[in-house]
Amino acid sequence: MKKLLGLGFTVTLERGAGASSGLEDAAFEAAGASLGDAADVWGKSDIVVKVRPPSHEEVAQLREGALLVSLLQPERDEALPGLLAARGASAIALERIPRITRAQKMDVLSSMANLAGYRAVIEATQHFQRTFGAQVTAAGTIPPARVLIIGAGVAGLAAVAAARALGAEVRAFDTRPATQEQIESLGATYLNVDVKENADGGGGYAKEMSAAFLAAEVALFRAQAAEVDIIVTTALVPGKRAPVLLPDEVVQALKPGSVVVDLAAEQGGNCAACVPGEIVIRHGVVIVGLTDLASRMASSASRLFATNVFHLLQELGGGSAFRIDRESEVVRPALVVHAGEVLPRPAPPAPGASPAKPAPVAAIKVDAVPPPPPSSRSSLRAPPGEDLKPVQQNIRSPTRIAWGTTLGGIVVIMVLFVAGRFAPRDFLQHSTVFILACFVGWQVIWSVTPALHTPLMSVTNAISGIIIIGGMLEVGSRLDLSSILGALAALFAAINIAGGFLVTARMLRMFRRGRE
Amino acid sequence: MKDGVTTVAYLVAGVLFIRSLGSLSKQETARRGSAYGAFGMAVAVAITAAAWASRGMDEWETAGALVAALAVGGTFGAYLARRVEMTSMPELVAILHSFVGLAAVLVGFASYLAPSTAAVDEAGAERSVHLVEVAIGIAVGALTFTGSIVAWAKLRGTLSGKPLLLGARHLLNGGAACGLLLLCAPVVLAQGTAGAPYLVGIAIIAGLLGIHLVLAIGGADMPVVVSLLNSYSGWAAAASGFVLANDLLIVTGALVGSSGAILSIIMCRAMNRSILSVVFGGFGTGDAKEAGPAPAGDVHELALEGVATLLCDAKKVIVVPGYGMAVARAQASVFLLTQALRKRGCEVHFAIHPVAGRLPGHMNVLLAEAGVPYNLVLEMDEINRDFVKTDAVLVIGANDIVNPGALDDASSAIYGMPVLEVWKAKTVVVLKRGMAAGYAGVENPLFYLGNTRMLFGDAKKSIDGLVAAVASR
Repeated sequence: MKKLLGLGFTVTLERGAGASSGLEDAAFEAAGASLGDAADVWGKSDIVVKVRPPSHEEVAQLREGALLVSLLQPERDEALPGLLAARGASAIALERIPRITRAQKMDVLSSMANLAGYRAVIEATQHFQRTFGAQVTAAGTIPPARVLIIGAGVAGLAAVAAARALGAEVRAFDTRPATQEQIESLGATYLNVDVKENADGGGGYAKEMSAAFLAAEVALFRAQAAEVDIIVTTALVPGKRAPVLLPDEVVQALKPGSVVVDLAAEQGGNCAACVPGEIVIRHGVVIVGLTDLASRMASSASRLFATNVFHLLQELGGGSAFRIDRESEVVRPALVVHAGEVLPRPAPPAPGASPAKPAPVAAIKVDAVPPPPPSSRSSLRAPPGEDLKPVQQNIRSPTRIAWGTTLGGIVVIMVLFVAGRFAPRDFLQHSTVFILACFVGWQVIWSVTPALHTPLMSVTNAISGIIIIGGMLEVGSRLDLSSILGALAALFAAINIAGGFLVTARMLRMFRRGRE
Repeated sequence: MKDGVTTVAYLVAGVLFIRSLGSLSKQETARRGSAYGAFGMAVAVAITAAAWASRGMDEWETAGALVAALAVGGTFGAYLARRVEMTSMPELVAILHSFVGLAAVLVGFASYLAPSTAAVDEAGAERSVHLVEVAIGIAVGALTFTGSIVAWAKLRGTLSGKPLLLGARHLLNGGAACGLLLLCAPVVLAQGTAGAPYLVGIAIIAGLLGIHLVLAIGGADMPVVVSLLNSYSGWAAAASGFVLANDLLIVTGALVGSSGAILSIIMCRAMNRSILSVVFGGFGTGDAKEAGPAPAGDVHELALEGVATLLCDAKKVIVVPGYGMAVARAQASVFLLTQALRKRGCEVHFAIHPVAGRLPGHMNVLLAEAGVPYNLVLEMDEINRDFVKTDAVLVIGANDIVNPGALDDASSAIYGMPVLEVWKAKTVVVLKRGMAAGYAGVENPLFYLGNTRMLFGDAKKSIDGLVAAVASR
């Protein structure tokens, strides 16, 4: 509201408009809006924003030349465009705003679908008599609920994220292979059928599939039904009745106590047993066919809706430079009536030609490379790829190492046997000690933390000063050359011992732990 | 003094040494490890001294010489340990290796010249085996000694870090090895102590070999060289153990030897190098010289104030220290900066590449010296995946270990080496003195990336400036 005022509009609001979203009229007044009754709003405004399609009476009240912004759905009410044209008005059907990147922030359907998908899972928890996440208790372990989401559009992905967040095990099905990555990025399992048929219908929707494909789908769902506890269906084909994906037999295959939430209920439902607007129980399965899921979170819904409309009005130039641009790629497809003239719907973008996908839900993180700080000019050298591993040419394959050590070991043993035949016993004893000590050292040293490698070196320095006893032993009872050499050896070794141990102690005293 | 008592004491000492190395696996137990080692050493020296004394104390001059040697050596060692700067730890370690090598050489000669061995004319295999052991001990010791001296000089900067590549170096190495083997024959065949000149020859050839091997190794490979020499010093001690038929020496030498070998392997893996190419050849022989086209693009310089703003805005900062930090002695300033940032609620970690610095684990010691708690200091494998979530990376005097060319530029000399993937962070600030290449002599494309900022100048001054700037906000 404040933002609209910021664009230079004045705002009149129907009394009680925010009541169900928990917003007081006074709050709107405080924000700078004036309040009026319905007739005021319809009769006096240049732009009328309404969520649902207007009734014919409301259209009749519309001022001439006014603009109606609403989820118009002219397919449902053939007379509506004509009536609007008769008033000389313009009308923007919010649901027809194209799904291109620039228009994402105005896409009411996406925001509502997002909420509906989330709410679908919440509704399912209401009717499901078990926990969603696995519970480990002293009385036993409850396995997580298994959830199947059919259709990974905006609503489907929101449902996947919500179900995952509750701890359920989630699998999701979509006819479009491109969704696999999005599904898996949310931690769900991607399901598909083996019939090759690209379902990308353009504009971020799936197109209607062939009968063979549909049959394969139903077969898949029947198989899944035996395993899953909850099914959320979100399959819609624009402007058509929703495809029936869950015939009675699939519902029958579900365990009693399972829940089906049909987000397509408003367009006839993906579930054959679904009754739009109602919650029914068939074969022990609760089938939720509510059509007002987004409205059940009125506060969030109106917040998103308001933001979408705000962005649309901003796109139209704001309060001061307001103009309906018939050429705009954002506005034109949504413009149903302009200045009393009913416009034909432009051809939808060709499948595949437009890469636009449904806006991914917020949970999909796009790891954008952070922009460098200001004043940077682009440099020619690119940093190495994300997952590049160093090419370690000198680390050999484990099998080669194994063969090498085995062969080496055999050779050493043979040499020892030969030596054992001829060499004196003393020598062999010492060799045994030597080899065992090498292995002990090998085992012990690998566990030394790299941070202590310098102390390790100085300690080994000090203990290799053990050669001092060699020097001492050579000092005989007479002061001859041998004794002098021995004493000198002892002198140097003593430097090592004293120096090595003292410097190690000095170093180790410095290593101390800090608080994290 | 019974022989059995000595043996048991040696066993105790050996076990204590193993426990000592084992305790170094964690910081919590590391200090205990050092104590175990010292205790084991005390036991070994005490029992040897006791055994020595029990032979009868009638010869006061030799006893005096021994005590004097121990006193002088111990005092000098303690003096070195107290005085050394943590930044020059690599030099100390290298020079200590040389002492072990020298001691091994001396023990070898002493053993050969000792009247007991010279007089007993053991015939046959036993005498031959013993003499070969002596020769090996002297050779390994001499190689360790000279190699370590050269490494020490290189680390101090007395000798240039550039590899000395003689044309026929493989031939020279091979010739020296053959010469050593050939010289063993007259040693074994000579009567009494007549083989001494040949042993001196062996020592000289091995010493020259050691000099040549280490001279051929470039500055970037110094961590590997130091660990290799560590390993050699262990083998030298073990060889002395064979000479003297002393199991404790053998065990300890084997422990130290494998420790050094493992460190070398770790370092080599961290540099994508095979250990043989480090031992026998200079760095990147042949394939490194013709570098690919110099990275094109602009270098973005950022002033001190800008970097301070960047750091103040960051939630998560990773500091990558390199040898440049050690050279500038900037570790204390780095710690002050860390504290200032942490006080502002910023999360600061340190990322250590296995070959950062000139010694395995060198950076950890420097940071510990400055007072950085070790749980903030992480290894490459632990931290590489965190860079994506990091706002700012501060690269202080490091170059090759943060080079993206190692991953994607097959023409780079360090291609295939695992590196810290700093460029995944939002911004990288590189503190550097100038645009010079790193030790490996490889251009670093990191400096030309769009999210890299350079802060030129002395690392310590820059960081002191940053501390002041951050504190004043």
